[in-house]
Amino acid sequence: MVVFLRDLLRYRAEFRIGLVLVAVVLLLSVLASFSPYPPDSVYVVPPDLPPSLTYWFGTTSRGQDVFWQLSFAIRNTLLFGGTVALVSRLVALAVGLVSGYKGGWIDRALMSVNDTFIVIPLLPVLVLFYFVMRDRISWLMLALIMACFGWAYDARLIRSVVMSLRQREFTQTSLFSGMSTRQVLTDEHLPYVVPILFSTTMNNMVWSIGLEVTLAVLGFTDINIPTIGGMIYWANQHTAMVAGIWWWIAFPTIAVIMAFIGLFLLAVSVNAHIDPRSRLWNVGEAS
Amino acid sequence: MSGYAGYVGRRLAQFLLVVFIGINIAYVITHASPIDPVEQSISAVTSFGNTAPDAIEQMRRSLRELYGLGGTPVQQYLAFWKRILSADFGPSLSAFPTPVGTLIGRALPWTAGLLTVSTLIAWVLGNLLGGLAGYYRQSRGLKLMGVIAMGLHPIPYYILAMLLLILFGFIWPVLPISGGATMNLPQTLTPEFVWSVLQHAILPALSLILIGVGSWFLGMRSLVANVLAEDYVVYAELAGVRSWRILTSYVMRNALVPQVTGLAMSLGGIFNGAVITEKVFGYPGLGSLLVDAVYAGDYGLVLGVTTISILGVSVGVLAIDLLYPLLDPRVKVS
Repeated sequence: MVVFLRDLLRYRAEFRIGLVLVAVVLLLSVLASFSPYPPDSVYVVPPDLPPSLTYWFGTTSRGQDVFWQLSFAIRNTLLFGGTVALVSRLVALAVGLVSGYKGGWIDRALMSVNDTFIVIPLLPVLVLFYFVMRDRISWLMLALIMACFGWAYDARLIRSVVMSLRQREFTQTSLFSGMSTRQVLTDEHLPYVVPILFSTTMNNMVWSIGLEVTLAVLGFTDINIPTIGGMIYWANQHTAMVAGIWWWIAFPTIAVIMAFIGLFLLAVSVNAHIDPRSRLWNVGEAS
Repeated sequence: MSGYAGYVGRRLAQFLLVVFIGINIAYVITHASPIDPVEQSISAVTSFGNTAPDAIEQMRRSLRELYGLGGTPVQQYLAFWKRILSADFGPSLSAFPTPVGTLIGRALPWTAGLLTVSTLIAWVLGNLLGGLAGYYRQSRGLKLMGVIAMGLHPIPYYILAMLLLILFGFIWPVLPISGGATMNLPQTLTPEFVWSVLQHAILPALSLILIGVGSWFLGMRSLVANVLAEDYVVYAELAGVRSWRILTSYVMRNALVPQVTGLAMSLGGIFNGAVITEKVFGYPGLGSLLVDAVYAGDYGLVLGVTTISILGVSVGVLAIDLLYPLLDPRVKVS
């Protein structure tokens, strides 16, 4: 694992850039713990001030400091994406491992359901969910329902990895030495799946955060908890763009784009690094 | 031929499964709500102005029927299916008394048109450029394009649409940023109307295409890089086949197969993107209809758009699946 990370750092420019972007965003989210204002209070600073030395990113029309509001927002947004990714990883792993290893009718049945979840357009379903829940919707509820839909694509990836592992000799060896299916899957196959698990986690976070921003901007989430989408929602409510308060929209947008590109680059570089052929190319080009 | 028939049969079964599970999810969501949806809708509608008491009572009755809240759970479930299969979602509350079906029918061509054209452009362009980038790995221009694709692809549709809106709406206002066509033109096939439709479609389509091209480009580039290492490509090179022919008939032809599967798999996601893009640019399609229906508390319309979306996307996926054997003849054999 250490060698893996060291090689990534040494040979992959995408990985280095991604790491820096994610680190900046993470730092901003950690700062939320040191905020001088509570996250949900309004009119604590003079409204509509442009960025200055006192208020680095300016202030909103609701009398909030954009910098501190942003740090709460990005923390909640990352927390949301992380929760969705974590829960959906469990399902994706279970389905992918079992389906790829067992094959036969179990595989066919699981993949039919799997493909169904890939195809169903999620946004209208989530909007319908908001419509019936209204004010009762909480971020955890939204995270869980997104996790229910977010596993399918990655389960397919994990399945294809396990299918090729099953053909390898060490699988036969461990079977002959009396290991159970569960043991083969968790002790022998899981280590090969971990890198791909990492890259799908990053991609899944990009996906779920994107959906959350979209829903929040429309006002279809709990808008009283600061998130990136929530900030843009309130800025739109106060017609910030027309009023020329650009910093209210610009800074959350920049922050979330940094998070997206950073997470995506991490995923891409790890993916490329797992593939031995592209690794050879890259080492060849670097030397 | 029996191989092809079996393939079509399996695809049809998958299509029915998608529709079945999708509609059941819609049913569970609408019936798991802890709040009374009928009273919720009525208070949302009546809060805008005075409504006669008997009109409210009539509305309450039709809503109870619409939500399928009468009878045993089994009856409710069957009534729900009957409503969906007959595409009868009752009158719209926000545009009373226009039926929901009419509203959806009016919006559907806009979404279908925007989605089909922009998806096709993005898919063809992304695969072509990605194929070239995978084949000519040293080209500086194509490398730069790869960097741009990596920067564009992970950005969600909403953010990119908003950036385009700010760019072409506030900073450099040259394109119409709202609506599907100029308001007072008659909706007939006159050159002016067509021109205005095209003009209004540029920005929504552009935001869908920019993100789409990025993802097809990256996928195709790595697929081509893998195919290049295959024996038959090396053999063709040794046999002196011209490089353009190797790229098109040997490399891209084979790399396209997973990209078609990819198109079928990502259709749902592209549809999500279209929904939100339409809302940003006020495009008169299903997306705007859905969001406005939520704001207006119009249950029949929200349910109608959701189920039609599930149905529409599954039909699109089925269509792609049925075209797939044209590209991959192995399907007919196995």
